Amino acid sequence: MALLIEKLAQYWSYPFVRYALVVGVLVALCSSLLGVTLVLKRFSFIGDGLSHVAFGAMSVASVLNLTNDMPLVMGITVLCAILLLGTGRNARINGDAAMAMFSVGALAVGYLIMNVFSTSANLTGDVCTTLFGSTSILTLTKTKVWMCVALSVVVVLLYIFFYHKIFAVTFDESFASATGIRAKEYNLILAVVTAVVIVMAMNLVGSLLISALVIFPAMAAMRLFKSFRTVTIFAAVFSVFCATAGILTSILAGTPVGATIVTADILLFALCTLVGWLRRR
Amino acid sequence: MIQMSCKGLTLGYNSALVQNLSFTVAEGDCLYILGENGAGKSTLMKTILGLLTPLEGSVDLGGGVHANEIGYLPQQSQAQRDFPATVWEVALSGCQSRCGLRPFYTQEEKELARQSLRRMDMERFSKRCYRELSGGQQQRVLLARALCAARKMLLLDEPVAGLDPAASREFYQIIAQLNEKDGVTILMISHDMEAALRYASHILYLGEKVFFGTRDAFAQSNSGRRYLEQGEGGRAWHC
Repeated sequence: MALLIEKLAQYWSYPFVRYALVVGVLVALCSSLLGVTLVLKRFSFIGDGLSHVAFGAMSVASVLNLTNDMPLVMGITVLCAILLLGTGRNARINGDAAMAMFSVGALAVGYLIMNVFSTSANLTGDVCTTLFGSTSILTLTKTKVWMCVALSVVVVLLYIFFYHKIFAVTFDESFASATGIRAKEYNLILAVVTAVVIVMAMNLVGSLLISALVIFPAMAAMRLFKSFRTVTIFAAVFSVFCATAGILTSILAGTPVGATIVTADILLFALCTLVGWLRRR
Repeated sequence: MIQMSCKGLTLGYNSALVQNLSFTVAEGDCLYILGENGAGKSTLMKTILGLLTPLEGSVDLGGGVHANEIGYLPQQSQAQRDFPATVWEVALSGCQSRCGLRPFYTQEEKELARQSLRRMDMERFSKRCYRELSGGQQQRVLLARALCAARKMLLLDEPVAGLDPAASREFYQIIAQLNEKDGVTILMISHDMEAALRYASHILYLGEKVFFGTRDAFAQSNSGRRYLEQGEGGRAWHC
């Protein structure tokens, strides 16, 4: 035990470890907050779909040799999010079908672009990194960390400020708009914030595992709690805990960061399900 | 006092479902909207609420009712049935329309939510989870929420769908009480002829032949008689 703590203390002196923890915890917090709403609105797969779009955008950015790919990736992802979520329920193409089209299309085109134009010697490694985020969280620059911090603060503040409206719109969109809440505008805000969080989360777990960050905390909280407020709070705590545990484990054990965090999510989700089941008996 | 008048309404999405519909609702009326499935009942309701724009004609509100002050009880969606929310949270969300951009509720609004729940005899369930209630109790919570949004006019879209007969009867009585005792104007979509003939003051029938008038006039009219005969035959209108 003493050895473990010593080892952790030693790692703590490296800035990249501190950066990883800060970004990891913030991203986990934001995605779990959004996750509750997204899961309840039956948009669980939006995380998956948008992250593939972000992957496509990233491959374009890397081919163009942009030093800072954030603006381009963010722009494209936000646009897609608005197309998918902002239209509401009356869209021409079914929500889930549209999402699948975007998702698979972006993934394929992104890989194709990388394959044809890439100058990198280690293409498979690059793709793997973007998809699974295996190392990118450990190579964060100071600018990216600050950007992440600023964006997370904005997301959390927005969430607190609009909390009651988010509840009203999520619980019953038609009642909300009938009583004069601008449900469409809140859907739009939700879409934009979701896109921002997903681009941030790509640094952490890569595009394939983002869904886990969105879905697991919300589902686990819904196993145990009954009010919207407690579900939201527990989801946030759950997610932050798993992110911290996952990052520390991956540093100590040398496992891939994203996959370790998600494994922590799965284990704790199973525990919550068990506790919920026992309590109901 | 006239609270709402619809003039020359033509409703529908791409093609017209209802053409040239005109009727008025006075304070304290209890209007039942009857008709076959697909006759445009829900479309009419959404138009009154301003969720849809009519293809032609207009809905004018008066008598102190404003567009955002109509209480609405929508048909329940499947998603709501497993939503993690307490009765209190649901009822309070009815006050949201009073908030504007203000992020939190005032004491006054919380008191209003408490009162509404009390009126529906649901105050003791405040801390209970919405999804664990029976269908009838859920409808009462939603009615309490609608009462937070408005006190003068309530629009109900098939409120007893999915309720067992006892719960339906009870719910009709609650509505009738709100109408008679508190003077709340009621507009309700229903398939229930019996309830309509018992509680309605006016009936709007949508179908090939549109009818609007008092309950007694409806019972005498052609569409009313046909409806009644059907009802006695096999209760075909009990969907």
